[in-house]
Amino acid sequence: MSKKSFRQAINEALRQEMRRDPRVILMGEDVAGGQGGSSGVTDAWGGVLGVTKGLYTEFGPERVLDTPITEASYIGAAAGAAATGLRPVAELMFVDFVGCCLDQIMNQAAKFRYMFGGKARTPLVIRAMYGAGFNAAAQHSQALYPIFTHIPGLKVVVPSSPYEAKGLLIEAIRDDDPVIFLENKVMYDDEEEVPDEAYTIPFGEANLTREGDDVTLVAFGRMVGFANEAADRLAKDGISCTVIDPRTTSPLDSATILDCVADTGRLVIVDEASPRCNMATDVAALVAEEAFDALKAPIRRVTPPHTPVPFATVLEKLYLPDVGRIEAAVRSVMGYKARQEA
Amino acid sequence: MQIARDILLNSYRSMRTIREFEERLHTEFATGEIPGFVHLYCGEEASAVGVCAHLGDSDTIASTHRGHGHCIAKGVEVEGMMAEIYGRSTGVCRGKGGSMHIADLARGMLGANGIVGGGPPLICGAALSHKLLKTDGVAVAFYGDGASNEGTTLESLNLASVWKLPAVFVCEDNGYGEATGASYACAGTQKDRAAGFGMPYFECDGSDFFSVYDTAGEAITHARSGKGPVMLHVHLSRWYGHFEGDAMSYRASDEVAQQRMKHDCLSAFRARTTGAGLLDGATLDTIDSDTRSRIDDAVQAAKAAPLPQQEDLTRDVYVSY
Ligand SMILES: Cc1ncc(C[n+]2csc(CCOP(=O)(O)OP(=O)(O)O)c2C)c(N)n1
Ligand SMILES: [Mg+2]
Repeated sequence: MSKKSFRQAINEALRQEMRRDPRVILMGEDVAGGQGGSSGVTDAWGGVLGVTKGLYTEFGPERVLDTPITEASYIGAAAGAAATGLRPVAELMFVDFVGCCLDQIMNQAAKFRYMFGGKARTPLVIRAMYGAGFNAAAQHSQALYPIFTHIPGLKVVVPSSPYEAKGLLIEAIRDDDPVIFLENKVMYDDEEEVPDEAYTIPFGEANLTREGDDVTLVAFGRMVGFANEAADRLAKDGISCTVIDPRTTSPLDSATILDCVADTGRLVIVDEASPRCNMATDVAALVAEEAFDALKAPIRRVTPPHTPVPFATVLEKLYLPDVGRIEAAVRSVMGYKARQEA
Repeated sequence: MQIARDILLNSYRSMRTIREFEERLHTEFATGEIPGFVHLYCGEEASAVGVCAHLGDSDTIASTHRGHGHCIAKGVEVEGMMAEIYGRSTGVCRGKGGSMHIADLARGMLGANGIVGGGPPLICGAALSHKLLKTDGVAVAFYGDGASNEGTTLESLNLASVWKLPAVFVCEDNGYGEATGASYACAGTQKDRAAGFGMPYFECDGSDFFSVYDTAGEAITHARSGKGPVMLHVHLSRWYGHFEGDAMSYRASDEVAQQRMKHDCLSAFRARTTGAGLLDGATLDTIDSDTRSRIDDAVQAAKAAPLPQQEDLTRDVYVSY
C-alpha cells in the first residue's frame, strides 16, 4: 500500500494485467510515442498525459502498438482482435473522438455476443479521457458516458478515485464483454492509498462514500468527490447525506440507490454529462418509478446546462457542477414543503 | 512566375505576422496565462500564405488544430484571434472556442478544428456549395500528414473526385503527427493516394514561399476551372512541440535548430526578393517592426479585454435548460 496518483493507479493496473496475461495488449495514438522520430527515443510520450509511460519499454512493440491517427480502424481492430483471442486495451485519447469510430463500438463490438446467439466473447477495453475543467473547449471536454450507457452490450465504468480506478480497470480487463473505461482528465494527479497488489472491484456494485439520514446524493466520476465535500459541509449544519458512487453506469446498481432513497426519502443526482438523457435523468426515472412512495421531496438534478463546453475559464467554471450548487440543491430538497391538499 | 509587388509585400507581411504571433504565444504560454491547448505553426508560414495568396473572401478554407497560420493568411484579424486565445469576450468566437476553434465565416474561414480529419469532409460540402451556387469559388482543406490517414480524409478524396468538386486538398506534411513520425504512420505515398483517387498531384517546398505560391497557383487554377479536385503536398517542418509543453524527446536534439537555420521561409524570402532587386531591405524592416508592435498591441489589448459574462454561457445554443 502506498500513495499513488490516478495516473499511476491506471498504469499499474495495465502493467500487472499485461504481466499476468500475455493476451492483454495495448493500442492507441502515442501510447508509446517516438516511432519514426529522428531521435530514436522510444516510449517518448507514454500517452498524451503520460498514463501508459514505461509499458512499451517493458512489453515491447508487439504488445504496445502505436497506431496511425485512424480511430475507426484501430478501435475496430481491437474489437476484431478481442473476438478472436486477444484481450486488447485500446486508448481513444479523448472520448470526444468516439465520433470517428462509433460504428465499430456501437454496431460491432457491442452487438457480437447477443447478435451471434451468445457464441462470441469480446473482451475489449476502450480507455478514454472525459470531462471539462481543462480549458480544452467543446471538442475535448465532453462527458459522454450516457451515450455508451444507452447502448446494450457495453459496460461503462466511471471511476471516482485512484483506488477505484485500479480495481475497476483490472476488473474491466478480465471481463469478457466490451467495457468503456472513462478517466476524468482533471483527476490524473489526485492521490490516495492504493494497494500494490492486483485487486478487482466488481461491476454493478455501488460504493457508499458517506452514510446519512436526510438526503441521498448519487454522483458519477469526478462528481463523487464534489458530492463528498458538499456532504461534509452540510454535516456541519446538521444535514446528513448518503453519497452513492455507482462506479459503473452500466450495469447500474439500482438496488443500492433504491434502498438509500427508501431510508432518506430525498434524492439529489450529480452528473457532469449534458442534462438531457444523462445518468441523472436515468436515475430520476428509476426512483420515480420504484420508490415514489418514499419520496418526501421532488428529485433534484445538478448538471451542466444543455450547451457545448465553453473555452473561457470563467464560462467553464459556470458550466461545471460545483460543491456550492450541490449544497444548494440539498438544502432546497430539505426545505421542500408539500402543498396541502385543498 | 512574375509576382506583383503588392502580392509580395502582403505575403511577406502575412508570413511575418504569423511568425510574430506564434513566437509571442510561445513566450506568453510559458507564463501560464494562456489557458488550454496551443499548437504553433512556426516554420510552416509559407504554406498557408502561399496557398491563401490565391484565395479571396469568397473562397473557403478549413483548418486544423494548428490553425493560427491559416487564419492569419486568410485575413482573420489578429486582435480578435489573440483575444480569443486569451478567452476574452472580444475574441472572434467571444471566448467560447479558444485556439483550436478560431473561425471567421465572413472571411471564408470555416474554422480551426479540434478533430483530426474534421476538415476535409466539410470542404467537400463547401466545394459543393461553390459548384451548385456557381460562385466560381474553391474550397481548400488544410490537413496534416497524420490527418492524411483518417478515414474522413480518404473518403473525402474519393467523394470530391466522384462529384468533381472544386476542392483543393493541401496535405501539410511536417513529418510528425504528435510524437509519431510520418515514416511510421503513413503507408505508401501521398502521390500514390492522389493517383488512387484519380486526382492531379502537386508538391512543393513549404519553406520556400515561391515554390508554394507557384505550385498552389497551378493547383487552384485547375480546381477553379471545373476540372475537379487536386492534391497539393507541402513539405514542411514544425519548429515547436506538438503542443506547447511538449519536450520533443522523439526528435533529434539539433533537428529544429537545423531547420531554423536552413529552412526559414522568411529569411529565404528576404534574400531572394532583395537579391533580385524586387524589394528593398528597409521596406521589409518596416514591416517587421510594424508587425512586432501590432502583435504587442494585440497581446496588451487581449489581456485588458473583458471576460465573457454569465449570460454568454447559454447564448447561441438553440435551447437551454
Ligand atoms: C480524431 C482525433 N484523433 C486524435 C486527435 C489528437 N491529435 C491532435 S493533433 C494530432 C496530430 C495531428 O498530426 P498532423 O495531422 O500531422 O498535424 P500536425 O500536428 O503535424 O500539424 C493528434 C493525434 C484529435 N484531435 N482528433
Ligand atoms: Mg504533421
